[in-house]
Amino acid sequence: MNDAYRLDHVTYTYPGREHPAVLDLSLSIPEGRTTVLLGPNGAGKSTLMDLLLAWRRPETGTIALFNEDLGSYTKRHLGRTVSLVPQEEGSRFSFSVLEYVLFGRSPYLHELAAPKKHDIQIAYEAIGQVGIESIAHRSITTLSGGEHQLLLLARALAQQPRVLLLDEPTSSLDPGNTARVVRILKNLSEQGITLFFTTHDPSVAAECAHKVAMIARSSLLHSGDTDAVLTSELLTELYGTEMETFRRDGRLIVSRTHV
Amino acid sequence: MQGKQSEYTTVTRLYRRRLLGSLVLLLALITLSVLAGRYPKAGFSNPFTLASDQLMLQVILQVRLPRILLAVTGGAALAAAGFVFQMLFANPLVEPGFLGVSQGAAFGAAAAITLFGFSPIAVQVSATVFGLMALICSYWLAKQFRFGGWILRLILSGIAIGALFSAGLSIIKLVADPTTSLQDITFWMMGGLWNSTWSTAWSVMPTMWVSLMLLLAVRWRINLLSLDERTAHAIGISVSREKSLMLLVATVATTAIISVAGLVSWVGLIVPHLARRLLGSDSRFALPGSMIIGSMFMLLCDTVGRTILPSEIPLGVLTSLIGAALFMIILTRRQTEVEL
Repeated sequence: MNDAYRLDHVTYTYPGREHPAVLDLSLSIPEGRTTVLLGPNGAGKSTLMDLLLAWRRPETGTIALFNEDLGSYTKRHLGRTVSLVPQEEGSRFSFSVLEYVLFGRSPYLHELAAPKKHDIQIAYEAIGQVGIESIAHRSITTLSGGEHQLLLLARALAQQPRVLLLDEPTSSLDPGNTARVVRILKNLSEQGITLFFTTHDPSVAAECAHKVAMIARSSLLHSGDTDAVLTSELLTELYGTEMETFRRDGRLIVSRTHV
Repeated sequence: MQGKQSEYTTVTRLYRRRLLGSLVLLLALITLSVLAGRYPKAGFSNPFTLASDQLMLQVILQVRLPRILLAVTGGAALAAAGFVFQMLFANPLVEPGFLGVSQGAAFGAAAAITLFGFSPIAVQVSATVFGLMALICSYWLAKQFRFGGWILRLILSGIAIGALFSAGLSIIKLVADPTTSLQDITFWMMGGLWNSTWSTAWSVMPTMWVSLMLLLAVRWRINLLSLDERTAHAIGISVSREKSLMLLVATVATTAIISVAGLVSWVGLIVPHLARRLLGSDSRFALPGSMIIGSMFMLLCDTVGRTILPSEIPLGVLTSLIGAALFMIILTRRQTEVEL
């Protein structure tokens, strides 16, 4: 199987800091699969996301995207290949949902151009994929937390990416909306899009991931198939609190044993 | 889905119609402004007697027309610059004056007047350089502040930088020659178009026209620059490059009109709010809308200012009066777009 991303011995230190935020990290993200990154707060998850987006450049080591050096991608090419669903994002202007989703068409448009009929159609398809057709013409400042998350997902899909990066896509959602997002992510994976996301919730990883990577104190602890990595021992080691995993009706369940 | 598509088309068509309507209104206002004044007596002249009144014709051609052209283009420039600043700083409460640009430009203009006398080109260049310098200082200072949200920090640093340049301006006025340059500076500071001639108009028209055309050409893209920088990067935008370019163009447009009209405040803050109410937030419509409404606002203020009283009311005084009143109304209304 081909890799979407391949990271080789990547290290990154924030300017003025002594300790690296990501240290000698090697990881592959397989194409067409869902890879989930688990790790406690401050482990380096966000920095890793920034590196994958080329928002930050690694200090040492290399990152390849579809076998090409990430640094060699133009902004436009990168925008057509990878898209991001940020954890949260506010706008102070009351764009309509459709107008906001259309922003995702920018890597396909000339600097002086505005979206055409074709772009509007793709934006509507993206809105349909996440199931928010009924609010397509509402102002984004009136959306609930769940609707807002779906809005960001729709904008990322309007980029027609090969890889979708998601920053804790379910962290601010109630169980109903979490289930909805998980269902959409599974659908997208079935369509062949490579998914990579960070989460604090191992149950979400258990539901969608083909591959799980664990990161702690800037370094990779373990990575591999979901069944091999999402074990009681490794999760306990990762979070420093007693965790257990078990199967019920064939589904992998993760829970914390002690409060 | 078809129904939804047509809903979008309907909204777009509505905005287009509103833009066209405001353009027609602007043309009507220009016509009225040509006929309004205090010659031969206060009020509107009869358009049918123009041909027989040579002096009236000269007043219109040599005095009113260049002034109207400056008001219309300058209003569009100030409103467009305000709109761009609001989008780029993701802050509906800024305009070039809030970030020290106007005060910097005023300082630059006064310094040029003191050093070189009143030469439009020297004033324009110096106003632009110092306006830009003030903008960079405000932005840098806001990044250094260690408290508060981005909007608050930006406004506070703008106040501080603006105050520095205002203090500098006062010092220039103290040392300026009271018989020559001080008078020029004082007249210029009041903000007005009373000494507009064709030559002052043409000295700034090319700069303003080019700036306005550039902004209009990239109007959809200005939307994208209101996004969080990391998100904008992720949708394929060269954030720093595009933002710097847009800020430069907006600042140059502002300082061009400031260099001939002096300090005219509030247009850049208030007009984009009105435009967004009428045309939505998408800058594809709201930017041209801001330009047209800005033209109308400035032309209306200037025409009223030169007609209503025997002595002229300075333009800056009228725009501040009406702008501040509108601002209070907008911010105290329940449905506001501003979230601090």
